[in-house]
Parts: sequence; structure tokens; C-alpha cells
Amino acid sequence: MSESELLSAPAPTAMNYEIRPKPAGTSDAEVGGELLEVAMGPHHPSTHGVFRMDVVLDGEQVVKLKPVFGYLHRNHEKIAENTTYLASMPYTDRLDYLCSMTNNWAYALSVERLTGLIPPERAEYIRVITAELTRLVNHTCLIGFLLQDMGALGTPLMYAFRQRELILDLFESLSGSRMMCNYMRFGGCRADLPAGWLEQAAQVVGGYGQFLDEFQALISENEILVARSQGVGVLPAELAINSSITGPMLRASGVNFDLRKADRYGIYDRFPFRVPLGDHGDVYDRYMIRLLEMRESVKILEQALREIPAGPIIDPKAKIRGFRPKAGEAYGRIECPKGELGFYLISDGSPNPYRYRVRPPSLINLTVLEDMCLGQTVADAVIILGSVDIVLGEVDR
Amino acid sequence: METLEQIQARLTAEFPAARLERVANESAAGQPSLVVDHAHGQAIARWLRDDPALRLDYCSNVTGVDWLPLETSTKTRVKKVVDGVEKEVEETVKSVRPGYLEAVYHLYSMSLRHGPVILRLRTADRAVGAPVPSLTPVWRGAEFQEREIYDLFGIVFEGHPDLRRLLMWEGYQDHPMRKDYAEPDDYEYEPTPHDEVLEKAGKHAAAEVRP
Amino acid sequence: MDEGLRNELSKQGVFTTKLTDLYNWGRKNSVWPLQFGLACCAIEMIAASMARYDLARFGAEVFRPSPRQADLMIVAGTVTKKMAPQVVRLYNQMPEPKYVIAMGACAISGGPFKQGYNVLKGVDRFIPVDIHIPGCPPRPEALIHAFMLLQQKIAAQTFTGAGRPRFLDPAGPSEFPVPEFGAHDLVPPNNPAIWRAPKVQRAES
Repeated sequence: MSESELLSAPAPTAMNYEIRPKPAGTSDAEVGGELLEVAMGPHHPSTHGVFRMDVVLDGEQVVKLKPVFGYLHRNHEKIAENTTYLASMPYTDRLDYLCSMTNNWAYALSVERLTGLIPPERAEYIRVITAELTRLVNHTCLIGFLLQDMGALGTPLMYAFRQRELILDLFESLSGSRMMCNYMRFGGCRADLPAGWLEQAAQVVGGYGQFLDEFQALISENEILVARSQGVGVLPAELAINSSITGPMLRASGVNFDLRKADRYGIYDRFPFRVPLGDHGDVYDRYMIRLLEMRESVKILEQALREIPAGPIIDPKAKIRGFRPKAGEAYGRIECPKGELGFYLISDGSPNPYRYRVRPPSLINLTVLEDMCLGQTVADAVIILGSVDIVLGEVDR
Repeated sequence: METLEQIQARLTAEFPAARLERVANESAAGQPSLVVDHAHGQAIARWLRDDPALRLDYCSNVTGVDWLPLETSTKTRVKKVVDGVEKEVEETVKSVRPGYLEAVYHLYSMSLRHGPVILRLRTADRAVGAPVPSLTPVWRGAEFQEREIYDLFGIVFEGHPDLRRLLMWEGYQDHPMRKDYAEPDDYEYEPTPHDEVLEKAGKHAAAEVRP
Repeated sequence: MDEGLRNELSKQGVFTTKLTDLYNWGRKNSVWPLQFGLACCAIEMIAASMARYDLARFGAEVFRPSPRQADLMIVAGTVTKKMAPQVVRLYNQMPEPKYVIAMGACAISGGPFKQGYNVLKGVDRFIPVDIHIPGCPPRPEALIHAFMLLQQKIAAQTFTGAGRPRFLDPAGPSEFPVPEFGAHDLVPPNNPAIWRAPKVQRAES
């Protein structure tokens, strides 16, 4: 063997499969072609709770994916039908436990549709402020969790939770509880803003833009994020509409539909803000939409904190004892951070609702999970699930 | 958007054989709804989705409702001959509306931004496994919600591509959201006993054998 | 060892201890929890491990996704009947010595969802619980308090005698039976070896 041949030959290491002997009894012909069924969950390291995907894999590619629900089915609807209207309010906190304020609002709005109560001006402003703060909390945490799923262990999540604590402090001084605020009431809110709250909120909101800049500089152009999320889990717009997808996921597919603009519930018609739209419908778009939405939320918050008037915070016609809406039904919906959260109530004139139904955006957004994951690798399925933004308390209720 | 009366009139012109019934809504929301018969359920849904003036491309919410039999009594004055003398007697006529299960669809339009139009599909009775046509072939967004209704109410959606239980496990036999569901006896001490809890506790204590 | 002698020796720079204490000192300061969130409380559990509350001060920031590497199961959230077999299975897969913190009202008793048809009324119906933390959800400080209680408990454990832990007791159970899905409920609905319904006796009025 000449010297040049020796140099070009692969070095004899254990990692070199060319010179490594094959185990007896296996040949290339036998490898491949066999499908592997994997039950991912309900316990798994991704940070989205007790969700299970039954995946069929060909090598690393997803051939079939069936979500399995119910591991956190807490019978919210059944319990609500056996109790009074107001007693269900704390349970709505625990639906999507990152966004208790928007859940409260959706339920309060539905009961207001049912009964005709009208919240006063100041209450509407407080609702907008708390809801947009909730949107900031949810989107920040989601990005932290998404990057955690992608392998960025810890750091983005730590940044997210640092910022979340600031907003939770606001919620705590407003409602008495960090996560489960139980703050809104039919026709208004429970308690007025404590002294100095608006200044404190303005300070948090004022610093948020800087945090977003920092966050974005840290991760948005990160090569790994770009490589792992662009072109992954593409959702076409027609499929998204037909499958009732709502929220940032729908807008990432390029459909201009935001209930704050479409329904103009509350006082959202007073706030000029843009609706960010994606044009690829992939995981990167879904990530980017949330960053952009947070910037719009900051704008709304700044305006609302400036313009909030003084006045009563609850409709004087609202009563707690003997609350019996007359027979009828109502469906009310709001744009919660995850999509359209609706409550459908049927009253038969008694103190308890005859039928109480939650329209869970997380559950319905999972309708297209299989379509997005087919042909992708199993590691991509995890981040596609992360980009859908589910909270199991709402998926299973 | 057109009112439900106008939509109903156009639907009657389009589907003369269809039985449609409008249900009024007394609440402040004023969202009336339309009961659709089984034979035309899917065709009407498809027409609502594709009609250029309505374009209800977005099925927001699907709800199951369990309506118990409703007993109503009306008082009427009837003339009767009692002991040969004609008298006006007040009589109470009791009528029972049979119970049924119902699937309620809330439809909106994403492209035209209007809604809701509410469709209702009713089963013939409250039997477990009573069928209604599935609207999942029209709106895929109904897929999981119809599965949930099958799971919790026992309505069978004919034409659903994958009708399995959604929330409870395979092999579970009850449909717990029905009004007549009886939960298994796993009573435990509750700190605020009221009549119902005390009754449950009494039953449990009678059944339990302690060493 | 005589306390006075020990003090005297430590003044001379000689540190004496018991093997049990040394072993427990090592164990209590490196409790690795299972990364296992069920519901709302899991978010507060994550918050406890983040910058503001910093669970790493207790040597417990290493959340392990695999039960084989974990010492502590924090049951953070509502245990539903559908989830209960998996919780018991995960607990069985953890190596001894292992501990359980029931975090929040739901894990203790079913909490606000107690009336639900699919909600297990307390995880202690199937697995033994060492520390209960009330709250809905408990604040991260409460979780840290539970950690400190658990550390005290570990530090007090002995290798022999009546107070020895389960895994050193030949008669103690090594695995707990996993319930199965029945037609109406879990079969069995609880593990009678470790749980009995509390009997309430009311004064006659």
C-alpha cells in the first residue's frame, strides 16, 4: 500500500462503520420497513402536561399520530351545572391556568349576554388591561416552553418566568391571588384597583418593550431555532379555517381573524392596533406572531393605562343573591391568548345553569395536529405540539 | 347578516322537503336557532357553508344537551254534564313532552365576519346510541367536539370518520354528562355537610363493612 | 458519642459524625424530583425552580424526566381516574428511597373538583404521601416549605428499629398495586392496605 493510499484510507476507529464488522445475523435487507408504535405520554419531558400522542413511526418519520385526551378531565361542566352561576367563576380560572383573567372575562361576558348586564366604563378598561397583561404572560411563557422543547433548557424559560413574576405581582395586589385571580364578576369587576396600581402597571408595561428586544435578540435569529422551526409543521389557511383553528395559530397561516377586531367586544374598538399575520404557517411564524402580538398588547396597555376613567366598577343592577337569569340561552366568546374561548349557557330560570359548555380553543386547535406532523420527524412533532400552545386544563376541562 | 327568518325562507325554497323549526330565545342575547331534520342535516350544513351571502365557513362550537321529559299542565274550562245539569268544570290537562338529546352547532363566517347561525339536531328519544347525522364531513372543526358529545352524552353521529370516546377511557360504560348519571359510591367525608351529602354518607355507611 | 468530647474534638479540627447522619446529610441535600406536572400546580412548581424562588438552594433543581433517576415525586395537580394508574406505575418505577409530596388541594383530596366523576379524591388512596401542602395552587414558598419539611424527615430517618424506612423493612411493600379501568370506576377504587375512609362521628345535638 502506497503512502498516499494509507493517508486517504479511513482511520480504524470504532466510530467508522465502514470497517466495523456487522453483528452476525443482520443484513441491510432486514433493516427498515418496520413500523414502530410509540405512546408518547401522558408522562413525558415536554412541558405541556398530561397529553398523549399515539405515534406510528417509520424510522424517525411520523406516519400516523392520534392524540389521546382525558388525563386531566376534571368534569368542569358537570360541576358547573350542579352549582350556581357565580360559583363557577373560580373554576374558570383553572381551565387555562396561565390565563385566568381572560377565562373570567369570557364567562362574565357570556352571562352578561344572557342577562343584559352592562359593565361600566372603568370596569371595561380594567378588563382590557388585565386581559392584555394575561396575553403577555401567556405568550412569554409559551415561547419559553417552546424553546425548552427545542432543547434550549432553562435560559429562555428563566427569562420568561422572571417577567411573568412581575405581572403576577400586579395580579396579586389586584385580586389577592397570583394565578387564580377569580377577579371578574357579572357586570363588572370584584374590587377596584388598589392605590398605586396603575403606576406600578405602567412601570411593568414600560419595561416590557425592552424585555422583548432583549428576548428577541437572544433567540429570534438563533441558527438552531431557525433551522428547526422554519418549514416545519406547515398549516394551510383553508384547512385551518375548516378545522375551526383560532388564535395566533390561525393568524400564522395568514387568515386575518381576530375577535378583538371581528366582534369588537368590550371596548376594543377604541384601541388602534394591528393584527400580525404570518405567511408560511410554520412553527417559526407561530413563534414570531406571538412576539409581534405582545408588542401590540404593550401598545394597547399603554393607551388603556393612560385613558382609564374614574367611576363605578360594577353594574348597579348586578346582584349576587338570588341571581336567576330568565330562561334562554347565550353564546359569548372572546379572543383569549390561545384562540376563541366561548361559553354557551342555557338557563331554565333556576339559580344553576341547565347547560354550561366551554368552547376550548386548545382542544380544537389540536384537530390538525396529525396533519401538521405527518412526514416530519418525531423530534419535530414535539415542537409542533409546543407551537400549538395547549394547556391541558382547557383541553380536557 | 340576514335574519334567521330570511335564512329559513331561503332554506325552505332550496329544500322543500326539509322540516325546519325555529326556536326563539328569550334571553338578552337574542340568538334564535333552527332545528334541522336528520335527512337534510348535512345538505343544509353544506349549503350554509357554500352560500355566497352567508359563507358560514367556521363551525365554532358544538354542544350536547340532555333535555329531560318536561311535564306541563294546562288548565282548561270544559262543559260537562254532571247529574243531568250542564256545568262548567276546570280541568287540568297534563301533557308530557318526551325527552331528547340535542347537538347544537354555532356557525360563524370568518370571511364575512358575521354570525352566529345556530343549528340544532335532535334525537328521537333519550336512548343511549340515538343517532343524528354528523357534520364533521362539512366542518372538520366538529370532529373532536362530536366525539366528546358521543362520550359524555351517548349520541351517535352517523358519518363521523372516527367515533370513539374522547375523554373517558375505552371500556367505560356510562355517559356522565346526562342528567340521570349516577356516580359510583366513593363517598368521603366532606367538611360542609348538607342534606345531599348526609344522605350519601348514610348510604355509604350502610354499605360499608368495617372490621 | 459524648457531646462534650465531640465539641472538644471539633475545636481541635476533628469532625466526628455518625454514618447515618452523613448518609442522610448527603441524601437530604440532593433530592432529585421527577419532572412530573399534572395541572395548575405544575406551573407553580416550575416557578419555584426559576430565578425568583430558586429551588436550587435545596439541591433540588435537577428535575429528572425519567422516574428511574428521581427520588421525589411532586404530585402537582389534579389526579384524574384516567391518570391514576400511570401515577402509581411511575411511583413503582422510582428507586427506593423515594418520597411523595402531594402539592395542592386536588392532590390531597380532590380539592375543588372533588365532586367530579373522573377525579380521584386524593392521591393517598393509592400511594403513600410524605408531605401534604394545601393551597389552590400553593405558592412557591409553600413548596419550598414542603422541601424543608421533607429534608427534616430525611435527616431523622434511621437505618434500624421501628422508624426505619420502608425499603429497609423486609415486610414492607416494594410495589403498590396499579388500579385498572373498570366499567364505571377504577378497580379497586382505593388501596385498602394504605388508605381507609375517615370515619366521621358527630356529637348528638
